Amino acid sequence: MAMRKFTKWYQSGAPWVWLSAGAVSICLLMVFGILLLIVMRGMGYFWPGELVQLTYRDGAQETVLVGEFQEHEQVPAAQLRAAGIELPAEQKTVQRHLFKVGNRDVLGQDFRWLLDTHITAKHYPAELVVLERREWGNFYGYLKAIKRDGNVVAEGEAAYRELSGRLDGALKLHGEIRTIEKQQIGAINYSLERLRLDRRVLELEGEDTPEALAELEQERLALEERYKTLQTSLVTLYQESKHDGVVMQDANGQEKEILLSQVVRVYQPNAMSVIDKCRHYLTKVWEFVTDEPREANTEGGIFPAIFGTVVMVMIMTVFVTPLGVIAAVYLREYARQGALTRTVRIAVNNLAGVPSIVYGVFGLGFFVYFLGGSIDQLFFPEALPAPTFGTPGLLWSSLTLALLTLPVVIVATEEGLSRIPRSVREGSLALGATKAETLWRIVLPMASPALMTGLILAVARAAGEVAPLMLVGVVKLAPALPLDMNAPYLHLDRKLMHLGFHVFDVGFQSPNVEAARPLVYATALLLVVVIVVLNLLAIYIRNRLREKYRTLEG
Amino acid sequence: MARLLVGAGGISVVVAILLIFLYFLYVVLPLFKPANAQAVASYTLPGADAGRTLHLAMEEQTEIAVRFTADGKAVFFHLSDGQVISEETLPLPKGVEITAFSAIDLHHEAVAYGFSDGTALVVRHSYQVTFPDDKRVITPRLEYPLGTRPIVVDDNRAALKKLAVQSGDDETTLAAATADGRLLLVNLAREESFNDEDEAGLERTVALMAEEAGDVRYLLLDQERIKVYAIDAQNELSFYDVRDKQAPELLHRIFLVEKGKEITAVQFLTGDISLLVGDSSGAVVQWFPVRDERGNHNLTRIRSFKTFRAPITALAIERGRKGFYAADRSGHVGIFNTTGERTLLKARVASEAIRQLVVAPRANAMLAEDKEGQLHFWHVHNEHPEVSWSSLWGKVWYESYEKPAYVWQSTSASNDFEPKLSLVPISFGTIKAAFYAMLVAMPLSILGAIYTAYFMSTRMRQVVKPSIEIMAALPTVILGFLAGLWLAPFLEKNLPGIFTLLFLLPPGIVLVAFLWSQLPGKVRHAIPDGWEAVLLIPAVLLISWGALAASPGIEQVFFGGNMRTWLTNEMGIDFDQRNALVVGLAMGFAVIPNIFSIAEDAIFGVPKHLSNGSLALGATPWQTMWRVVLLTASPGIFSAIMIGLGRAVGETMIVLMATGNTPVIDFSIFQGLRTLSANIAVEMPESEVNSTHYRVLFLAALVLFLFTFIVNTIAELVRQHLRKKYSSL
Repeated sequence: MAMRKFTKWYQSGAPWVWLSAGAVSICLLMVFGILLLIVMRGMGYFWPGELVQLTYRDGAQETVLVGEFQEHEQVPAAQLRAAGIELPAEQKTVQRHLFKVGNRDVLGQDFRWLLDTHITAKHYPAELVVLERREWGNFYGYLKAIKRDGNVVAEGEAAYRELSGRLDGALKLHGEIRTIEKQQIGAINYSLERLRLDRRVLELEGEDTPEALAELEQERLALEERYKTLQTSLVTLYQESKHDGVVMQDANGQEKEILLSQVVRVYQPNAMSVIDKCRHYLTKVWEFVTDEPREANTEGGIFPAIFGTVVMVMIMTVFVTPLGVIAAVYLREYARQGALTRTVRIAVNNLAGVPSIVYGVFGLGFFVYFLGGSIDQLFFPEALPAPTFGTPGLLWSSLTLALLTLPVVIVATEEGLSRIPRSVREGSLALGATKAETLWRIVLPMASPALMTGLILAVARAAGEVAPLMLVGVVKLAPALPLDMNAPYLHLDRKLMHLGFHVFDVGFQSPNVEAARPLVYATALLLVVVIVVLNLLAIYIRNRLREKYRTLEG
Repeated sequence: MARLLVGAGGISVVVAILLIFLYFLYVVLPLFKPANAQAVASYTLPGADAGRTLHLAMEEQTEIAVRFTADGKAVFFHLSDGQVISEETLPLPKGVEITAFSAIDLHHEAVAYGFSDGTALVVRHSYQVTFPDDKRVITPRLEYPLGTRPIVVDDNRAALKKLAVQSGDDETTLAAATADGRLLLVNLAREESFNDEDEAGLERTVALMAEEAGDVRYLLLDQERIKVYAIDAQNELSFYDVRDKQAPELLHRIFLVEKGKEITAVQFLTGDISLLVGDSSGAVVQWFPVRDERGNHNLTRIRSFKTFRAPITALAIERGRKGFYAADRSGHVGIFNTTGERTLLKARVASEAIRQLVVAPRANAMLAEDKEGQLHFWHVHNEHPEVSWSSLWGKVWYESYEKPAYVWQSTSASNDFEPKLSLVPISFGTIKAAFYAMLVAMPLSILGAIYTAYFMSTRMRQVVKPSIEIMAALPTVILGFLAGLWLAPFLEKNLPGIFTLLFLLPPGIVLVAFLWSQLPGKVRHAIPDGWEAVLLIPAVLLISWGALAASPGIEQVFFGGNMRTWLTNEMGIDFDQRNALVVGLAMGFAVIPNIFSIAEDAIFGVPKHLSNGSLALGATPWQTMWRVVLLTASPGIFSAIMIGLGRAVGETMIVLMATGNTPVIDFSIFQGLRTLSANIAVEMPESEVNSTHYRVLFLAALVLFLFTFIVNTIAELVRQHLRKKYSSL
């Protein structure tokens, strides 16, 4: 009976319809599954996890550990027994935890795998403290005392209250030191390098008269003088920052003194209320977006990467917009619509499908080595053999990506131009406007939303593209931002950091992948959000545009 | 005016696109250019009265050359005009005659003389470069690394007939054939004494390799000092293993040329692994030791170069790469490369037979001496000899390999490294990755497109289509990151579950659908037609969860607790964590939206009256779909697949992060791979500009470029054709 029903149902062709519906469901699940995975992992990174103090028995030995649970997995008991671990006979699987123990300077590694069966006790003491440090990662333990120049200032309960004020002071000092080191001394070094190059220019042009050289020397001396004063103030600041320290006790009762200048943040996650945690979460997000990276990019913020991506994409837009618009206008409005134009159009269309790495190779060969090398020969002979533009950098990255996204802009703009009704153009021409005036005043403004769509798609593509950038200008850690206070302010020859490359580099080439992974998820989330928002915007504009022309035609 | 401006701008953009292609050609083409050479100078033998030339050598800047003579003299002269700079007489002991001579190796720039009293002398020529008044001045001089007093080779003091010398860091080894037919091996090791300036601090061991070696014509010792080749007048080579300097061992004997031919020149190729043998028929044959199954090294004939008709008279090798020059009796010189199996040039350098031939250290010049004592100095341009069609796409028998193979290994620490630039393994990897990606993407995206375009309700379609298209915008670096760090370990842990899921999902969906169709109409009609996909989401989730939850159990029952070890131990399948399965899934995911979007447009664009007609005639919706709509839209679907393929072939970040990037040829789904694009991304930043490696990487990029361009053009033409057809329907 059931069989006959099934055969009948089968003959109606319904199973195939359902199967194809299943394909859609699977696709949708994959898209939203991936987005969800990134969102969950990326957002979780900033939430202060609970600190656990647990007793772990490994054979006869018992150790006390403090840290956070990171991941859990089920392991077949047989596999563990094969590795020589004793387990109760009836047990089939064992839960295994990835446990972050921190204290890398003391314990050597951040993470340990723990078997659930070996954990004998768990506590969540409210006094447990997390110290976020500039080096060596987090320190987990108990705050014992605060010292100033070796003398105890506060102890026990009072210490934590005392700490926040002193930490603010230490952070302020650190900020001052950073300002001097990065900005002021950085500016002096930059000027010194310029002076060296000026001198080299004089030598090359044979104008190195004693007067000219003396003038340069005088400038150099003035700069060195300023450098020395800064250096002395730096030394005092450094000394000042070494006064305050905290005494921490780790899980094994060992005490360790840590200078406050090494500390970024202190908190007691177990004592925090939900509101505290939210506040903490927001400050962490803020730090992530605005701060500089620490510990080989695995901690701190990703501001230089965001900044690099934005600057690169903006310069790319400057290149790609006029080129794309002119090409599209030419193809649609001026070129004779014959076989040749059609061929060109197909060629342009296909360029969008050419692998991005091919553009990277072209950019490296043509822009960096050929163009850049020639520019260096002509305009920057003083810096040779050190290359100025003959090395991967911001300008070449932007140009390469402009080339890569050019087809996107051309295709979108052309589509926009083709949607403008003939009657509008003819109306303008009939009123006496020239073709150029019609184009400039009527056609282009009407096509501008299409152009915008193309540009947004181009920007979204460029922001996520990594492969070509690896060849033409991206580095894991750029010493300086491409935009700063030293003339000429925008340094097109500098290398840049990029969000996508940050994901690749930290996720795959960092020595401590386990510790860096949450940060990579957060970076990935940021990138995905930016790109999805840009795409949704493009789709929205496109849809509105279609509506608009539909009314025009009607 | 505006017309001009726009026209110029438009054309320049078009030109820019052309430029990409032309620039690639500009970089790649030099790879396939033959060598060229021009005569620079020709002059009579400098210092002709110093005796017959035994050996010629040039220094690195090709300004000065040296001639070692049979009278024990060294004549330094300017290469440009043959003017003698200095003529030095070597400190020969009194009353001896020069009976043997050997050029040691090209890196230490040394030669050795053997004498009639069983002794030998090692001489090095070196050049000091100074810059007085900013002008380069090169001063030649002779040095005696083992002292000016000849070393005793034969304790019996018989005359040395043939000699071969090599020096290591602290050791010098000499092989010698004496006039009375013995073959000796002498080793001089610097003793570990504190006063190492002491000349007597050399520990000397002597071993007899053969008592009766016959008439030895050629004697060679390699730079690692582990093997000696002795070739006798019958053209038979004896291969000695001399790793143990006190107990050399004869490994085997082999005839190098057939009867009737004669060996006329023998030379090691750079690296001293391969032996080049020139014979009287004008052929040069490359031999090197190949390990057989029993682990024995047998000298094997690898390949031959037959360009000349006259007997080979001299062989000279390039430094740092596997190329050589051969000269013949009619005065021709040929330039060859062994890896690329290329004859790069054949030129008549002299009108007489050539007696001596040498290549400059940078392989940019050669010097030949003919029978009449005339020297010929030529400049040579030979940039990329090792690349040829056969070395890029064919199997090549590389040195020290057991058989010809496809290998990509572009760099190594060693100087004498033979670059292995076969594009086959990485092209194979590209195809493999694309194949598995298409295997995942094609069914999902095409079925999905069919449903979305034809069966789905309009309201849902408005949401579904953009959502899937947003997939295309996801940066591939993120997909690669998830594939490498999340999916790969996940798959490894849940391998049985994943395979169960693959087999369970289609029947599971059908089963759920059938059960649904049996439900009372009231329930069924709660969800209108065209919303099946939503209904299936919980079903798919449930099936996936079930399969994954059952994974450990399945593993326990069928695979002894661990499928990975089971695969390796029971099936002999190697398992990489980052394998083709991971790439297939991740890249399949990346390709789905591309195929989906175009295929969906094609199906949606099929005129409605066609399907309505079919339905009116009583066909079921699926029959209409399959027989009418799909048939009409098939060119569009084809073009969608082509575009998807183009993307899968060129994708870089996903394969870079989700595979181990090992260039192996193995179609197993559990093995890693390396693709053209990932190879470029990995190696391009480190390759030297305009080097062979750099140009070969450009060639790889050009291959990618052309492949995707052609595939996309076909797809585009098909699509335009389809559009025309629809509008006529």
